[in-house]
Amino acid sequence: MMGKRIGTGRNGKKRQFIDLVMSEDRWNKQVKRKKKLRDTRKIVKVSLVTLFAACFAVLFLMPIVLTITNSFMSASEISANYGQVFATTDTGGKVYISERVNLKFIPDLVSFSQYITVLFKSPEYLLKFWNSVILVVPIVGFQLLVAMGASFGFTRYRGRIKEMIFFVYIILMLMPYQVTLVPNYLVSDWLHILDTNWAIWLPGVFSPFAVFLLTKYMRRIPVSVMEAAQIDGAGEWQIFQKICMPLCKGAMCSVAILIFIDYWNMVEQPLILLSDPEKHPLSVFLSKINAGEIGLAFAVATIYMVPPILVFLYGEDYLVEGITYQGGIKG
Amino acid sequence: MRFLKGKKPQKSLYELQEEATEQNKTLKKSRRAGSNRRDRRGKRISVLYLLPSILGVLLFFVLPFLIVIYYSVIDNPINGEFVLFDNFVMVFNNAAFKQAAKNTLMFSATAVPLAVVLSMLLAMMLESKIPFKSQFRTFFLSPMMVPIASVVLIWQVLFHYNGMMNEIIGWFGKDKVDWLNSAYAQVVIVVLFLWKNLGYNMILFMAALSSIPKDILEVAVLESASPFQIFWHIKLRYMSSTILFVTIMSLINSFKVFREIYLLKGDYPYDTMYMLQHFMNNTFGKLDYQKMSAAAIMMAVVMVVIIGILFITENYFGKDVEG
Repeated sequence: MMGKRIGTGRNGKKRQFIDLVMSEDRWNKQVKRKKKLRDTRKIVKVSLVTLFAACFAVLFLMPIVLTITNSFMSASEISANYGQVFATTDTGGKVYISERVNLKFIPDLVSFSQYITVLFKSPEYLLKFWNSVILVVPIVGFQLLVAMGASFGFTRYRGRIKEMIFFVYIILMLMPYQVTLVPNYLVSDWLHILDTNWAIWLPGVFSPFAVFLLTKYMRRIPVSVMEAAQIDGAGEWQIFQKICMPLCKGAMCSVAILIFIDYWNMVEQPLILLSDPEKHPLSVFLSKINAGEIGLAFAVATIYMVPPILVFLYGEDYLVEGITYQGGIKG
Repeated sequence: MRFLKGKKPQKSLYELQEEATEQNKTLKKSRRAGSNRRDRRGKRISVLYLLPSILGVLLFFVLPFLIVIYYSVIDNPINGEFVLFDNFVMVFNNAAFKQAAKNTLMFSATAVPLAVVLSMLLAMMLESKIPFKSQFRTFFLSPMMVPIASVVLIWQVLFHYNGMMNEIIGWFGKDKVDWLNSAYAQVVIVVLFLWKNLGYNMILFMAALSSIPKDILEVAVLESASPFQIFWHIKLRYMSSTILFVTIMSLINSFKVFREIYLLKGDYPYDTMYMLQHFMNNTFGKLDYQKMSAAAIMMAVVMVVIIGILFITENYFGKDVEG
């Protein structure tokens, strides 16, 4: 039979042979039908994937939504839902002893009583909030500054020694906080900064985390760019200021977001390094809220979520853009 | 004729060449000397940029670590007698340490690969053309914003014996499970970890996927490569450094999960949730610095080995793809 081969077929699938006898008309119809089939298949596929993604998204969003909606419940509704007793065990953990724990999304009656308590009746919460700001903002700013300089140093004139130091940075970054817990305490004691904000600030500022991320990003900048600047007579400072800083803007923003969120949630450091509970940030306070105040906890948590959300909304594009090259960089 | 008369003795071609190379050499030499001088100066300046960070790290990260090493080889801080490996042997034979090490290892060995693979899948899902892509991205990132305390609160409500998970299980006619006080505890923690970290990892992978050169993918399609082949031979290759990066980030975050476990269950959680950090925290509470330090050192050594292996694999796997 005479056959004409049309196309090779995508993905090496079946090859199509049609008779030359087949009329052009029939052929076109067949093509159209196939196309339609492919289109519907595509639509089904996309909608399935979307549905799947939506399910995932709901799971991911649930805690945030729960926190916010539950903060509008009155204290009595909260205790009705989450049990009469919310006791503290001797180990410090929290345990529900209620018969039934009811997870509810929509409050029966929207009430602002929790917020009123938090914002107007007890100033301690606002004070702790301010503590958090005071502790976190300098860390983010200065860690970025120090890390920018360090990553510039790691990017320029790479040698064996610098690579080794960089590896040490990575190892230090990976150490869980508990490893250096005691020594950190001893060092702060030795420096006479224990029980002051400096005990939190200084280790935060010099944390290797931002150095690692920014170096990974900065090494992505083509060497030729810096060399060209050098040939044109730019000094190191000018290369740093005119080339590295502007090119790393996105990366700096994304790193700033990560640091901010990390330190905004710190619990261990203040507990150990600041013995005065007056100085503790809200994150520590929030994790200690117990018996009878669970409704307040939701309201405080909602307020506490505002800065991260703002930072996030403002910087999400930077986060995405800033990471864009990070992943692909060769250390 | 004048110009004939004044003609200089012509140099041979060979001589000319010789001269040129000579000139070139001196030129190169002088240039090299210049660049050397400039290089050395630049090097010195670049070290200056590093200095603040290195000093700070030395003071707040390396010095503490040295103190840890010192504590791990003495009998107690007051006596200060050198006992070499006694502490290590003691810790190594400690049942609690063994349990903690096993749990930490189990947790990291399951949670980190899961985080890498699942976030890669999520990223590829979002890469295929679906509507509301950026909204989904934000949703997946949202767990990063929730304060730990409320995460813990909600997790307690979800996985409480009379909580929501058990109710859902009840619909399918299964028996209730005491999630936080049974062998399932580790599952709960892994889920918590994944929930928290998938979004960020996913963004990293999405960035890596979008930076794969399009022409290579197009050629692969033209050459009728199957989707699996495209994934295995091209995408995975190009993402290898991202995979390393995500693994490192996940590893860091897998150690941070302690914070949540601690807030959930306190100093002594159920056996399978008892992590190395609990061990260190508790020995610190008992002022047993030597045990704590020995455990910390062992953990550090294991970490160095793991990171070393990761770097070597990445080098081997992705060396032919630059960038």
